[in-house]
Amino acid sequence: MPATKLKSVDVVVVGSGVVGSIMSMELANAGMSVVCLERGKQFDISTDFNASNVYDELKFDRHSDIFQNLARDTLTFRNNGGQTALPMREMGAFKPGEMVGGTSAHWGANARRFLPHDFAMRSQIEQRYGKSFIPEDCNLQDWGLEWDEVEPYYDQFENIFGVGGKAGNLGGEIQEGGNPHEGPRSREYPNPPTRQTYQGEMFAKAARSLGYVPFQGPTAAMTQDYRNLYRVQMLQCIHGGFCSSHVCSQGAKANPLTAVLPALMRQKTFELRPLCNVLRINKDSTGKKATGVTYIDARGNEIEQPASIVILGAYCFSNTRLLLLSGIGTPYDPRTGKGVVGRNYAYQQGGSVEIFFDDREFNPFIGGGMVNTSIDEFNGDVIDRGPLGFIGGAYFDNSARGAAPIKGKPVPPGTPRWGSEWKKAVARNYRRTLNIAMHGTCLSYKQNYLDLDPTYKDAFGQPLLRMTFDWHQNELRMMEYMTERCTEIGRALGGSRIGGKSKGTHFSIVGYQSTHNVGGAVMGDDPSTSVVNKYLQSWDVSNLFVVGGSAFPQQPANGPTETIGMLACWAADAIKENYVRSPGSLV
Amino acid sequence: MTLSDNPIGASYLYLMEPEVRFLEAAVEHLIPTDDLGPGARDAGVVVYIDRQLAGSWGSHGRNYRGGPWLEGTPQQGYQSRFTPQEVYRIAIREIDQHCKAAFDRPFAQLARDVQLRLLEQMEKDEVALPSLSSKFFFDLLWRNTDEGYFSDPLYGGNRGMVGWKLLGFPGLPTSEYRDLITSSEPYRAEPVSVLDVQTGKVPVDAQGFPRHVMIKRDREN
Repeated sequence: MPATKLKSVDVVVVGSGVVGSIMSMELANAGMSVVCLERGKQFDISTDFNASNVYDELKFDRHSDIFQNLARDTLTFRNNGGQTALPMREMGAFKPGEMVGGTSAHWGANARRFLPHDFAMRSQIEQRYGKSFIPEDCNLQDWGLEWDEVEPYYDQFENIFGVGGKAGNLGGEIQEGGNPHEGPRSREYPNPPTRQTYQGEMFAKAARSLGYVPFQGPTAAMTQDYRNLYRVQMLQCIHGGFCSSHVCSQGAKANPLTAVLPALMRQKTFELRPLCNVLRINKDSTGKKATGVTYIDARGNEIEQPASIVILGAYCFSNTRLLLLSGIGTPYDPRTGKGVVGRNYAYQQGGSVEIFFDDREFNPFIGGGMVNTSIDEFNGDVIDRGPLGFIGGAYFDNSARGAAPIKGKPVPPGTPRWGSEWKKAVARNYRRTLNIAMHGTCLSYKQNYLDLDPTYKDAFGQPLLRMTFDWHQNELRMMEYMTERCTEIGRALGGSRIGGKSKGTHFSIVGYQSTHNVGGAVMGDDPSTSVVNKYLQSWDVSNLFVVGGSAFPQQPANGPTETIGMLACWAADAIKENYVRSPGSLV
Repeated sequence: MTLSDNPIGASYLYLMEPEVRFLEAAVEHLIPTDDLGPGARDAGVVVYIDRQLAGSWGSHGRNYRGGPWLEGTPQQGYQSRFTPQEVYRIAIREIDQHCKAAFDRPFAQLARDVQLRLLEQMEKDEVALPSLSSKFFFDLLWRNTDEGYFSDPLYGGNRGMVGWKLLGFPGLPTSEYRDLITSSEPYRAEPVSVLDVQTGKVPVDAQGFPRHVMIKRDREN
């Protein structure tokens, strides 16, 4: 049966997460007709998430139906091209979302900007250490963006998501109490910083004793009642935990549901269509222009939605896969190094150091709202990596996440995995452990990429995305160094024993690590190494914009969401201010 | 002895009698009853496993089920073509057959030290079963035991919130956490569960939070 063809709209947006919601809002607000397609369900946060269900770790963290339904589609994974990729059959290392609001509906609210260095890593590393310092198989590249260009859009996003923090650098002037290593800000955060926990105070004291400058990391959970740029009200966070993996029962965590949709749904030219799975982007006979998208609606009908502008605003995996399924851009070939779609897939390094105390007791269940005390001395280009022999860095933080009882039970090294001794250790240490997490960069490599799987298909009969990914020596060396520094802070804290976690030599899809998957449709100033230009516009199809974590050429240490939000504001502005006036390539 | 003739008077949706007996014995080794409190059996972990197997997770309702089914590397995760329902059913039968061949009786009727040794061997994949890896089953059983002991009592385990009391986890938060975030004083409250809220045992205020009842303690344990 042929697809039902609907009336054309100005803009069709794929995905209703950070990118989809903000871009829809900005473009509808400018008078454009916008249809947003979302594969997930719609929830009403004022009634659906409350004390009768929301504080439930099993329901939301383990067996969640707000994460991607893998029965319908998943991805396949292998560590290297010599292996056969197999499906990720159950949710593991990461949790892409599936609901109106997207993955960020269940994010942890960590709202850090990247450092200016992060946007120009290749050129700055080459300048400081020479070309040969970069591993030969590393696809490190600049973003094609300048700090001064993007700073206003970070500011805009922070005033939508109500970010709380203390500026460390206001227009070049270093500020007491903030992060002295951050990029220059045009003004203060819209909300005050979080208050410091007892553990945070201990961490800060130990960090200071080693010469570091601790600060309260920025958060997108409200530090006071707040009305945002879209005139939407959000309530102050009460630190009840159940933050990451969960939807906040208080609406205190900024995400598309709390910060954007209440205003967006009032836009007369906007329409949201949940439970719609986009199959492909359609092109005209020249292949240079997108004519809209084809999707399967909630009732199973195939629908064609024509549009003047197509915005892919979905998760990193979906953006890349839809380009591959639609035959837009040349797929990356790891043998020749040519092609761009699927190139530069990267993840996030990290680990933690745990300090066990005999003589102190904490309240690890009080937290959430991304209350954290951090240091940035090992992030970006703050340290001289010349003598250390690696590229990249990490930030460290002590974060009060609200230790949930299934996943939040650290035990000292050497504890048996189960049985009576394990039970004793769990009882002993749940309230006596201080955690310092390391959040590290992950560079892009020729061997790490995304393409279509030759064997496995989704419920619609389309090939699954295939991920080929493993850690490289640079990241392992970096984490070895970071773990040594972090352990020094651990020792300065006192404590009776020190343990910790690392990701191991080979990336494993088993066990949650982080939902920081990036690349595959990266931005840049060279069509031979990027899928989109600096305005997130496809080099091949000028009325297609591909916006999200998919655009990151590699993963900096700081989490991706803030920069994804910034890119959404940046791209929306480019469309409103420039593209609409003169459709065609913006560069 | 009937199936519900056990410390918690439970009934079962999916599990069959020999499976219940096996699991009651096995989970009690994983989290034993001791002077810190009840073990996994009395916490209702077998009921938890039964409910999980009978529900969507037991048939991997939201997991990818398409073939071909290849063994894969440890990094590639769950690749069995068996659902958790099938894994439990097949593995318990085959372990009991192994026990009958070696010791003339099923696992549940073996001496505790023999059971313990068998579990340790299964964890190291040293018990050879015809249809699946004993380590694969052990890892799944341990994961579910941990979940059952520490998840909300709503799901049949963590009865009397013994898992949360063991940790000192108060369950649902109260609005007082907003100011307690900076506190260095240990906060000790009787736990409140989602089950308590759903059954009306514990009321919630206008903001949706319960009131905590504090635990008085003379000394540090």
